[in-house]
Amino acid sequence: MSLNNPFDPNVILHSGCSCGQHGSQAEHELEETEALNRRVIETTVMRALFPKDAERRRFLSTVGASTAWAAISSLIPFGALEAMAQEKGSLEKKDLKVGFIPITCASPLIMAEPLGFYKKEGLNVSMMKTAGWALIRDKVLNKEYDASHMLAPMPLAISMGIGSNASPTSVMTIQNINGQAITLAMKHKANRDPKNWKGFKFAIPFEFSMHNFLLRYYLAEHGLNPDTDVQLRVVPPPEMVANLRAGNIDGFLGPDPVNQRAVYDEVGFIHVLSREIWDGHPCCSFAIPTEFIRQNPNTFAALYRSILKAAAMARDPKNRSIMAEVLAPANYLNQPKAVLEQVLTGKFADGLGTVRNVPERVDYDPFPWYSMAYWILSQMKRWGYIKGDVKYKDIAEKVYLLTDAKKYMTEVGMTPPKETMKKFKVMGKEFDPLKADAYVNSFAIKKV
Amino acid sequence: MPSKLSLHAALISILIFAIFLGAWQLATQPKESSSLAGADAEYAALMGKGAEKTDGFPPPVKVARAFVEYLSDPFYDKGPNDKGIGIQLAHSLGRVGLGFLLAVIVALPLGFAIGMSPLLFRAFNPFIQVLKPISPLAWMPLALYSLKDSSISGIFVIFICSIWPMLINTAFGVASVRRDWINVARTLEVNPLRKAFLVILPAAAPTILTGMRISMGIAWLVIVAAEMLVGGTGIGYFVWNEWNNLALPNVIFAVVMIGLVGMVLDMFFGWLQKLVTYRE
Repeated sequence: MSLNNPFDPNVILHSGCSCGQHGSQAEHELEETEALNRRVIETTVMRALFPKDAERRRFLSTVGASTAWAAISSLIPFGALEAMAQEKGSLEKKDLKVGFIPITCASPLIMAEPLGFYKKEGLNVSMMKTAGWALIRDKVLNKEYDASHMLAPMPLAISMGIGSNASPTSVMTIQNINGQAITLAMKHKANRDPKNWKGFKFAIPFEFSMHNFLLRYYLAEHGLNPDTDVQLRVVPPPEMVANLRAGNIDGFLGPDPVNQRAVYDEVGFIHVLSREIWDGHPCCSFAIPTEFIRQNPNTFAALYRSILKAAAMARDPKNRSIMAEVLAPANYLNQPKAVLEQVLTGKFADGLGTVRNVPERVDYDPFPWYSMAYWILSQMKRWGYIKGDVKYKDIAEKVYLLTDAKKYMTEVGMTPPKETMKKFKVMGKEFDPLKADAYVNSFAIKKV
Repeated sequence: MPSKLSLHAALISILIFAIFLGAWQLATQPKESSSLAGADAEYAALMGKGAEKTDGFPPPVKVARAFVEYLSDPFYDKGPNDKGIGIQLAHSLGRVGLGFLLAVIVALPLGFAIGMSPLLFRAFNPFIQVLKPISPLAWMPLALYSLKDSSISGIFVIFICSIWPMLINTAFGVASVRRDWINVARTLEVNPLRKAFLVILPAAAPTILTGMRISMGIAWLVIVAAEMLVGGTGIGYFVWNEWNNLALPNVIFAVVMIGLVGMVLDMFFGWLQKLVTYRE
């Protein structure tokens, strides 16, 4: 693995390598690197199994090195470990299908395609627009999609087998924070106090969505029981505006651009932005089946780098206008550019005659905080989706790939936060992830 | 005077269409929206005033524009989620064709067997009666779950919806072949296979084709709904995608295209039916 001295006049100028067994020096070095990697892994495993040097030596000398090797490798998948350790190795799978729902939450993963971020990593990604979240879940479980845009709670639910077969699914990055809103029908213009909302019909995009949990939280904080005082209906986002126009629902907590679209079509107004409920809440995520990571570690790494770069690009307020233009056509979001621009730049008409300027309306912070998963799990417990004890730590750490996120963020030149958890406030009430169960019990309105 | 009659009919058709268009135009006259009168210019700009946008039901001119736009370039391909109308229709027709073909392969032999044997007819009848009224789309979640592939699920739904009319009509057609003809075949000692193909099949063909025609009609109805659910490609996906954008002119365009293709399919089976019809 030595570099040749470029100033050496006597360097051997033949095409082979320094040991003579390979076609070129590059090949020689590659093999040497691989051998070295293998050695490092083997050493690590041996040391982990027999932490005491004397014991290890005794074991090896009694059974013989080759028997020891065979015995240990039957238990430990050295090949897989090696594959995991290799970086920027050859891609196991180049043609990927990635699902998405046409909402602005998906901006980074969509933008990575026209900007060529996938191509740069050698990936050929087809972006598949999908009709609803249940279908996204099914297509990921059926392996029609290799990875997908998912609501942040979905991978948790799928991994635990709630609402589907249990199938380990991981969150690579959070797609977006904030960027949702409660939109009400125009006829409720004068009825802004949630206390008077008894009997309202609200639409949410999916059961396991931040929209569901935030709306339930918001209503409960105002003294309404979301299970008995109002009706919550699962309605796909495009149908939300149509239903609002028809008067079938009184409002919805929906993703953008649907909220802004309701304003643009003059059928609704924006009551509160979701960041006014919890500033910095996660919404959607980029999810991948855990099995895929094991089978395609290099592809996984390449995918990781490309979506992180896309997130970094999407965070920059300077890019937001251009993003609106790129995302507007039928192949992606299929929405008027004017609507997308209001969502992305945060300068928008609220439907009541005011222009509001909220640059943080939506942001694209990719970091998958464990504390986000803790909060989601706490709400799933609060509303009876999970029965019994919740192993917050185990589930969060298994599903939210925070360690990988840190690693790849550093690799692409971003600075990940040092911590893995943080406290935050939801409508003024502090959430301490370490006391999640106490938090659940502290609510008067719940369904435990 | 058949030619005069058809001329008059055509004139009346055109008149109905013109009245329809006129009423449509009147009903969708753009209204001056007063809600923004007091608001400032910036707000109005954000609300898309001045720019063309879709509020309410589109007037005929806008729909006509959608027709021109899509039909002038029916085969463009701008990525996996945006393809021309021709490609979308081809995808839908492909799915319908495959599902329908599978249904033919199953329904015709089975229908023959059921029609020829009263015993089998009685044995199968309860199942057919229970399965027939199930909405094909109700199968979709089951299909997705067990077949684990959305495009195969789409084809399966077409298969399951088009099988029943064909099966029932084939059985009925085969069972009601005139006894005289079968008796004649028997006196001539025709072997069963020849009897099936040379006597029963031609005699039952008109009824069988009626069943196929009904099946194809249902299949074409169902594919749109199925593709709206499963997505990806096809005319149903096109409708869903344009609905997503609340672009009603494009939805109307797609609805008309669905109607036209359905009509052509029906005419094709009508023509086939004429080929096999016989006079007694």
